[in-house]
Amino acid sequence: MSFRKYITVYKKFLHTSLASEFEYKTNILIDLITANLSLIGSIFLLSIFFQNNTSIGGWEFEQALIIQGIYTILNGITNTWFNPNLTEIVKHIREGTLDFVLLKPIDSQFFISLKKITPSGFLEIILGFCLLIYCIEINQINLNLSFLTLCLTTLLCSICILYSLWFFISTTTIWFIKTWNATEVLRSFLYIGRFPLNSFSFSLRIFFSVFIPIAFITTIPSEVFLGLSQLWKIFLEVIVAVVFLFSSRKFWLFALRFYSSASS
Amino acid sequence: MAKNIIDVKNLSKSFNISSKEPGLKGTVKHFFKRQTNSLKVIKNINFEIQEGEIVGFLGANGAGKTTILKMLCGLIYPSEGSILVSGYLPYKRKENFLKNITLIMGQKQQLIWDLPPIESFYLNASIYDLNKFEAKRRIKKLSDMLEIDHELFIPVRKLSLGQRMKSELLAALIHEPNILFLDEPTLGLDINAQRNLRKFLKKYNKETNATICLTSHYMKDITSLCKRVICVHNGSISYDGELDLLLKKLSPFKEIIIVCRSEEDAIQLENSGFNVESKTKNEITLKVENNLITSSLKTILNNFDIEDLYINEPPIDEIIGRILIKKRV
Repeated sequence: MSFRKYITVYKKFLHTSLASEFEYKTNILIDLITANLSLIGSIFLLSIFFQNNTSIGGWEFEQALIIQGIYTILNGITNTWFNPNLTEIVKHIREGTLDFVLLKPIDSQFFISLKKITPSGFLEIILGFCLLIYCIEINQINLNLSFLTLCLTTLLCSICILYSLWFFISTTTIWFIKTWNATEVLRSFLYIGRFPLNSFSFSLRIFFSVFIPIAFITTIPSEVFLGLSQLWKIFLEVIVAVVFLFSSRKFWLFALRFYSSASS
Repeated sequence: MAKNIIDVKNLSKSFNISSKEPGLKGTVKHFFKRQTNSLKVIKNINFEIQEGEIVGFLGANGAGKTTILKMLCGLIYPSEGSILVSGYLPYKRKENFLKNITLIMGQKQQLIWDLPPIESFYLNASIYDLNKFEAKRRIKKLSDMLEIDHELFIPVRKLSLGQRMKSELLAALIHEPNILFLDEPTLGLDINAQRNLRKFLKKYNKETNATICLTSHYMKDITSLCKRVICVHNGSISYDGELDLLLKKLSPFKEIIIVCRSEEDAIQLENSGFNVESKTKNEITLKVENNLITSSLKTILNNFDIEDLYINEPPIDEIIGRILIKKRV
């Protein structure tokens, strides 16, 4: 596997998918407006929750905004990379076009996970970072190298966990053929990630930590941001991310043995 | 002597296929308790293909042609038996193996729909490790052979089916593979587009000595490209050999249509011991065995006053149609 080749191919992916998207200017414009309205709507919803309470689950409004910022970044990444590519797996399998991917001398997981991008998702990522910078201001957080490294690590781990979960569900299409609903359920669970984990009951906290690790995706990076996270939690998130990534990879390779291709 | 490039031994493939009874009751039952049966779609087949050969796979719909092709290119794992293609086990999909083969499917496309084909060609070139100059050279060469030029810069969605198929071919051949798997490549194309595609494949085979495995329901594809055919019937091979031999074997007769100068001559010819198929006024149709054609013609020309004469080959579609329903040819 030549790293250089993968960089060249990824550059081509970027070029072709941007060129494809720019064919439809109105669609990009609508997506950009939607991203802005979605963020405004989310902050409005959060402010309603905090109208009669100064804190929810021990989190104040200014602190909960950090979770919203991280959620917005992750949602932006989802819309830029995961949504256009991972939902396409279902189509590839149903229509048999996965054949073309599997017969290319390139890693099939790399190909189907990164071939497309939706540029409007970039705006969400930028808006998420802007919100985080604002939160650093209002929460008077001191910036230093170790703080930034930890933040970046936990954020990267969150992206890996989210990707693995989504990829895992999409892979099951090889057996079940149609799994649109499952990815939609995952997206719905992600909305829960906009709220602090402590605001849920004990049983729900266990569910969102063990079965669908939404807690790891938004809450731990937010705690790191506020300097509230304990080191073991960060280690745990790194381990969960590695295990999820590794498992999704193994699961994909295992599932391909059962790929029967669509009939002609 | 050409070496074997494809070697298939005792190959079988089974699929689990679910069946559903009609009606609402059947649907509910199917939802809760799915009945699946293991169906053996390929049954213990053996064949070898030599380098540079063009082999046509013939068979009715569902006979197993595409499954064989997909096992040969490594998309489907075989249930039993062994396959060696260019010295590789196809299902392992090793990088060097994948750089040697290509699959073209008439009903599926890999080109990026919203962009001109040239963008897909350069993307494929980067996947196959070709630098920009080499990719440009190959695109130029193949586009000249395929007679496509300005189409390279028009979005795929705006191209006709024929132009799209040519572009698909170019995208699939940019890495200059030496084994081509073609699954109904002329499906839906008009007569001229079909002819151009066949012309290109012939030329490609001649220039590169590439091996071509082809399935098609258009008999013209098979007759103009393939010397050898493998007939598949219900997952088994019913015939493997030269197409000409098969046609001779299945159709040992030819029709001779004779137009006599007078009705008396026609009556005389009718009663001269030939196998007469039909007669209208002074025109007679005889059915003559292939090995008796010359002697029969000699007798007719020497003894009767003939105005005109035609020899008809039986329609090839009809003969092939007979093969498709035969268990053993």
